[in-house]
Amino acid sequence: MKQPIYFDYSATTPVDPRVVDAMLPFLREDFGNPASRSHAYGWRAEEAVETARGDVAALVGADSREIVWTSGATESINLAIKGAAQFNRERGRHLVSLRTEHKATLDTLRELERVGFEVTYLDVQEDGLLDLDRLRDSLRPDTTVVSVMHVNNEIGVIQDITAIGNLCRERGIVFHVDAAQSTGKVAIDLAKLPVDLMSFSAHKTYGPKGMGALFVRRKPRVRIEAQIHGGGHERGFRSGTLPTHQIVGMGEAFRLARLEMAVENDRIRMLRDRLWSGLSTMDEVFLNGHLEHRVPHNLNVSFAFVEGESLIMAIKEIAVSSGSACTSASLEPSYVLRALGRSDELAHSSIRFSLGRFTTEADVDFTVQLLRDKVGRLREMSPLWEMFQDGIDLNTVQWAAH
Amino acid sequence: MAYSEKVIDHYENPRNVGAFGRDEAGVGTGMVGAPACGDVMKLQIKVDESGVITDARFKTYGCGSAIASSSLVTEWVKGKTLDQAMTIRNTEIAEELALPPVKIHCSILAEDAIKAAVEDYRHRLSAPDQTA
Repeated sequence: MKQPIYFDYSATTPVDPRVVDAMLPFLREDFGNPASRSHAYGWRAEEAVETARGDVAALVGADSREIVWTSGATESINLAIKGAAQFNRERGRHLVSLRTEHKATLDTLRELERVGFEVTYLDVQEDGLLDLDRLRDSLRPDTTVVSVMHVNNEIGVIQDITAIGNLCRERGIVFHVDAAQSTGKVAIDLAKLPVDLMSFSAHKTYGPKGMGALFVRRKPRVRIEAQIHGGGHERGFRSGTLPTHQIVGMGEAFRLARLEMAVENDRIRMLRDRLWSGLSTMDEVFLNGHLEHRVPHNLNVSFAFVEGESLIMAIKEIAVSSGSACTSASLEPSYVLRALGRSDELAHSSIRFSLGRFTTEADVDFTVQLLRDKVGRLREMSPLWEMFQDGIDLNTVQWAAH
Repeated sequence: MAYSEKVIDHYENPRNVGAFGRDEAGVGTGMVGAPACGDVMKLQIKVDESGVITDARFKTYGCGSAIASSSLVTEWVKGKTLDQAMTIRNTEIAEELALPPVKIHCSILAEDAIKAAVEDYRHRLSAPDQTA
């Protein structure tokens, strides 16, 4: 079977071939342990690790000494939130975050709740953005950490981290930002942003999986407690032998992102807009999340009156994500879309298209035609579409529960 | 999720998609499920004077297994008497389509749809002035 067209760059990206080329020598001849100080193998590896650290720092306007290597954004988020909460636990035990965060954040917070911390989960507006007044009202004297994602993984909306950070700064609250979905998509300048901790992933930006980093601000210094012990690598923040090839991959991926993101984002925005203009002419199609305050790579659309899983089944020629998790016995609609106030039905029938470096105009045109055909076919088969066409308001129908 | 060949066949080539007029003589309509649960099935049967189902139509909002289950029962009810149709069990549907445990509810819904359609037909027969 022909490989489906990839529209799931927010799940993961392919490793850029140039990144692969940069990584390979460090799996072969340059295999040294960067912690080996006594010979050239170690020196060579250490040099490569520090070059990569500089490249990651440069993309986000940080000092390279503020970058701590981790195994991925999930670990970075765990280290940042648990590390900051634990370091400040004598000062307070209250944390604030959003309902629409990634599970890496939500599950970390749940774990902190289990051990005695208190967490406020803020609702977002219908467009997916945080109302700053709501945040301000939630902050208390014992609030120590606020964690907000920069770009949402499902709907691609960009939170105003400058404004959120300023509210935290005024109160001496540690501000962590999950930037897994934003590197290479949104310009980040940590020299100016009021952000204390920021989590990064390599594999969402054309680097390898299993690799991430955490930005830990030096001025003013942010203190966190380490979560992984055993050798005191990374200035004690994160022990464990550094995976040189992975680090080199992340460095090269972030270097390429810095050089190419302006041009690339213009191209991807054009493709995304082409996709939306093709889909939005269909009846009863809804965009999820704010149209302007979102990355050009994301389009999240609900197709009313068709069911999500059958839609995914109908569009096998493209690889996309659905807003409904069909793996469990009870079909669970996306909690992110539910938080926007979308009905279960619209959440179920949503598709996340995420575009990237290797998406072409032909891919987009094919996808528009595919969706038109398949949604049309499923609607012909849908009793809900029939009722809608007959002018019946589905909210007034008494459904037989099962 | 991996679907059985039979599910894929019914999903890609659904049998008897469509609708009869609800008020048409000899038609019984059953609608079961709810949009919030992710599936709604509408099954219609056409019954002759001797009480035999001569034709059936369905429309389903739901996953591939739900579409396949309803497509299958439109084939199965044809030629059966109402009483015979009422004996179709969800386990037979699930077995025929090799549904995995998480999709058993689709077969239950299809069984419920048959019962609802038969009941609607009988109700309309006994109270012909009312439309269901």
